[in-house]
Amino acid sequence: MSRPELVAPPEIYYGDSEAKKYTSNSRNQQIQSQMTHRALELLNLPPDQPAFLLDIGCGSGLSGEILDEEGYEWVGVDIAPSMLEVALEREVEGDLFLQDIGQGFGFRPGVFDGAISISVIQWLLNAESSHPTSSPPHRLTRFFTTLHSALRSPSRAVLQFYPSSDDQIELITSIAQKAGFGGGVVVDYPNSKKARKVFLCLFVGGGGGAQSRELPKGLDGEGIEESEAAARFEKRRERERKRDKSGKRKAVKGGKDWILKKKELYRQRGKEDVPRDSKFTGRKRRITF
Amino acid sequence: MVRLITHNLLACHAKGCTTNNFPLVFKDVQLEIRESEMNPEFLRNFYPKLEWDALVKTAEQLGDTSLPKTQPPIESVDEEFLKALHHVLLEIHVEEGAMTCPNCEHRYGIVSGIPNMLLAEHEVA
Ligand SMILES: C[S@@+](CC[C@H](N)C(=O)[O-])C[C@H]1O[C@@H](n2cnc3c(N)ncnc32)[C@H](O)[C@@H]1O
Ligand SMILES: [Zn+2]
Repeated sequence: MSRPELVAPPEIYYGDSEAKKYTSNSRNQQIQSQMTHRALELLNLPPDQPAFLLDIGCGSGLSGEILDEEGYEWVGVDIAPSMLEVALEREVEGDLFLQDIGQGFGFRPGVFDGAISISVIQWLLNAESSHPTSSPPHRLTRFFTTLHSALRSPSRAVLQFYPSSDDQIELITSIAQKAGFGGGVVVDYPNSKKARKVFLCLFVGGGGGAQSRELPKGLDGEGIEESEAAARFEKRRERERKRDKSGKRKAVKGGKDWILKKKELYRQRGKEDVPRDSKFTGRKRRITF
Repeated sequence: MVRLITHNLLACHAKGCTTNNFPLVFKDVQLEIRESEMNPEFLRNFYPKLEWDALVKTAEQLGDTSLPKTQPPIESVDEEFLKALHHVLLEIHVEEGAMTCPNCEHRYGIVSGIPNMLLAEHEVA
């Protein structure tokens, strides 16, 4: 398996062209969507209740779109401006933040009803400079401590990630525990090379739900059944039909057809100092806004 | 899209900045109002999590004075009130500008509705 996190820092790896490629690849869309649905299942939120969720490393909003469909309010954070820009273009409904999760969050205590993270935290395992605050354990500690505090009690955080060794799983879970989380690792399809997925399923204050404190079971077999896969795919195609060719949602009635081509809009209004794409999508390690 | 609902949850997370670091103060903002569907159940659920003083103060700074100075008890709120709350929390979008920390004065710039929460190395706790 290729390991993007070994290639370049995330905000550089996910530059303009990779962000577009990543988001429009239908195989990738399908995998990320399946994992998001599974993460929501593991999150075990009380049914039919509104919830306020955090999407950690939300990228271009592939998960966020599902959160929108499921009727959740959410906040997404990501370190890659190009990914966030694609999320803006796709008109996801959550509030987006340019943020390095390894620097920790500033959210007030107990505000989120849950958190998900899909294919992100393996990125925290690489040191990108020799500064003490950039060591993986330091960043993981900062991340888990401030995440724990931002979640209400009881609640859960479900983080799917790609560990490259059992040691990495061990490191991540031990730091999460020190930060106050209960729970542990759930592995789906452990015997399938392709379908195997690792979910860190973390509990705050017992985790909530009927079987609280008890870690959910991983799924068995070789991956989702043909029919189930087909059904999910059908559902997704249904969604896709509502989109135009560029992947944008068609304008929906009411106030929702707001224009996210803001730059265009501002130009029409004659606003001169509209930030240019190139500025927002700057490739520097720290973009200065 | 910084909406006041999110702004109300956000404190400064720079190193050593643990008191007087909330609420962040909006500067040089450009607003956009976008109507959205109201979800009364969500609002009621969220109601106890709000820092009311910060919300009222910030809304005022952005030119909206529809909310009362003290937070009415949840049992007493009606549809009319929820509509005003919905508007303030979810329909006012800060598109450009900045949020600054009242304590350390860190400036979190906002471009295309996205606040830049990145810290410089020396600001990381
Ligand atoms: C494989 S993508 C997944 C995106 C999205 N969760 C999805 O499922 O489509 C990994 C994402 O993690 C983000 N990321 C990596 N390191 C990060 C960090 N330190 N802080 C915030 N986001 C980070 C990247 O920018 C990228 O958008
Ligand atoms: Zn501060």
